Amino acid sequence: MKNALGAVDTVLLLGGRSEIGLEIVRLLVAQGASRVVLAVRGEFVPPALGAEVHVLPFDALDVYGHGAVFDKAVELVGDLDVVISGFGVLGSQADYDADPAAAARDVAVNYGAHVSVGLHAAGVLREQGHGTLVMLSSVAGARVRKANFVYGSAKAGLDGFAQGLGDALHGSGARVLIVRPGFVIGRMTKGLTPAPLSSTPRQVAAATVRALREGTSSVWVPRALGPVFGVLRLLPRALWRRMPR
Amino acid sequence: MTTFLTGWGGTAPTPATLARPRSVEHLSELVASAPRRGAVARGLGRSYGDAAQNAGGLVLDCTGLDTWTFDEAAGLVTASGGVSLHDLMTALVPRGWFVPVSPGTRHVTVGGAIAADVHGKNHHRDSSFGAHVRSLTLVTAGGTVRTLRPGDPLFWATVGGMGLTGVIAEATFACVPVETSLMRVDVQRTGDLDETLATMAATDDRYRYTVAWIDLLARGRAMGRSVLTRGDHLPRAEGKEPPAFAPGALLRAPAWVPGGLLNRLSVRAFNEVWYRKAPRRRTIVQGIAPFFHPLDFVEDWNRVYGSRGFVQYQFVVPFGAEDTLRDIVGSLSAHGTVSFLTVLKRFGPESGGLLSFPMPGWTLALDIPVGQRGLAGLLRGFDRQVAEVGGRVYLAKDSRLRADMMAAMYPGLEQWRRIRDEADPAGLFRSDLARRLRL
Repeated sequence: MKNALGAVDTVLLLGGRSEIGLEIVRLLVAQGASRVVLAVRGEFVPPALGAEVHVLPFDALDVYGHGAVFDKAVELVGDLDVVISGFGVLGSQADYDADPAAAARDVAVNYGAHVSVGLHAAGVLREQGHGTLVMLSSVAGARVRKANFVYGSAKAGLDGFAQGLGDALHGSGARVLIVRPGFVIGRMTKGLTPAPLSSTPRQVAAATVRALREGTSSVWVPRALGPVFGVLRLLPRALWRRMPR
Repeated sequence: MTTFLTGWGGTAPTPATLARPRSVEHLSELVASAPRRGAVARGLGRSYGDAAQNAGGLVLDCTGLDTWTFDEAAGLVTASGGVSLHDLMTALVPRGWFVPVSPGTRHVTVGGAIAADVHGKNHHRDSSFGAHVRSLTLVTAGGTVRTLRPGDPLFWATVGGMGLTGVIAEATFACVPVETSLMRVDVQRTGDLDETLATMAATDDRYRYTVAWIDLLARGRAMGRSVLTRGDHLPRAEGKEPPAFAPGALLRAPAWVPGGLLNRLSVRAFNEVWYRKAPRRRTIVQGIAPFFHPLDFVEDWNRVYGSRGFVQYQFVVPFGAEDTLRDIVGSLSAHGTVSFLTVLKRFGPESGGLLSFPMPGWTLALDIPVGQRGLAGLLRGFDRQVAEVGGRVYLAKDSRLRADMMAAMYPGLEQWRRIRDEADPAGLFRSDLARRLRL
């Protein structure tokens, strides 16, 4: 249960290797969380987190297996205070252009699987009457660019889904927190030149944990991206098309 | 009806289906048909934290169970769980009787007073509420009604058991005779914490009721300066008036209060005035209400803390662990923690409740507005210090303790669990507090 000062006890991270996800978990543990479930694909040795850690097999594309992952997580730690839907893949647009099947598969991971996970999480949290689902969206979904429109379109779908789910859960005690980072300097973006207003996984995690404590429904990381994208959304398409990246 | 509920501190609301039993039979039916998320009883909502919340489950508002009788020859009240101490006092004081133990508010129910095993300013002499209970009727899992007496293990799992063994439908407890509705009170100012502790230790046994208010924001040599109030019921020979008792709230807190009203500046100013206005030493005559329940004069006073609410931190450390108490008061003072009310008391004998809070020692209670920097870490550090010396924090006030501290603080926890599991194998009785602390 979330306590009076906003600290939580149990966390389920779907995509247990996620750099941002693990940073969020670390911060939550530092603030009092004591039981963590890392749901992850394949062999995995969990990092030392200073809490009771359980590892569960999880394949984002095996949507028929998602329900069992939630059942098992609840069996292991009881009520889920925070569920982080933290998995994702970032392919290059050039690769997607050459391999449409790969593009469709990655969209299934970055969007479709989150829909399945989100609905399962909503069912559990609604019944509990408390808990927050953290959805890792991206500025890439705030306005899709030609440089990465496959990835961006999946994030746009995910963002819209998360907003709708948050509205659907309103009044149930359960909530959705949408996290919209800009360019995150980390494993996923290795080799890419950082964009303006970049952040690190730790910064994204810190902003997420603050938003969790305060009970807000969305957070831009860094915060300045909110107003920036407020303007960029209004930019005429002819200009937007010429964005360098 | 689904309703969002919080404790008196106004933090961490959760939704539950609220049902109001009209009779013990109705209560049994409701318990028997409780949903998967279980059920917990609720009275007047004065527990500060999440003890009477049950996210996604059933909460039984027991205030409709409000009948009682009084056996004057034996001095025994038999009351339904939902009867308030306010109602009992209003009727009993004019007849020359008083409840055995009263917490800082009259607006608690008999069921809640037993489930939290509440204490008052007379703990050093009279122990806690549970020590005065002769029998109780418990609606257990499945809806079975059981009558328990102090020889029954489930009795002591229920006293202080935070409503997790069943719903207290009725209880019989002993009252104390009083000759007037007034109190003879000695007020005394102390200059620092050591003087406070020494004076209380030396003089407590002369008074039935004692308490110290501490100016937590005083620093340096004045750290721990206090106003002691120690009193007894006034004998009829000294009182002019016959017993009468009809207190009401004089004020009502506004529905909305800006956050941050209680800040370092305003509380420091209040503390200064409060300390200065107390006489260095004087004996006064006071009514029951101003002596026992000063906050009850302002209805919904918890709203003063604003929408973010507040936490009450109350701990006890055994006698001999005064250094821990000094350390904690020193840390609070150095941190500049804003606590609107800080009270220190001495506890006497335990009642026998397996999860009861009071134990012989010093108890300090703080009301702290949520939102102060570093508060969570500070209190977690205190939890460790308190546990290390064999002390504990009060579950009826708690809203932020970690589960791993429970076993260290409550040595009766395992025995309590065995008895609870036997009475409620499926874990039907549950609350947010129970989930948070994995009880």
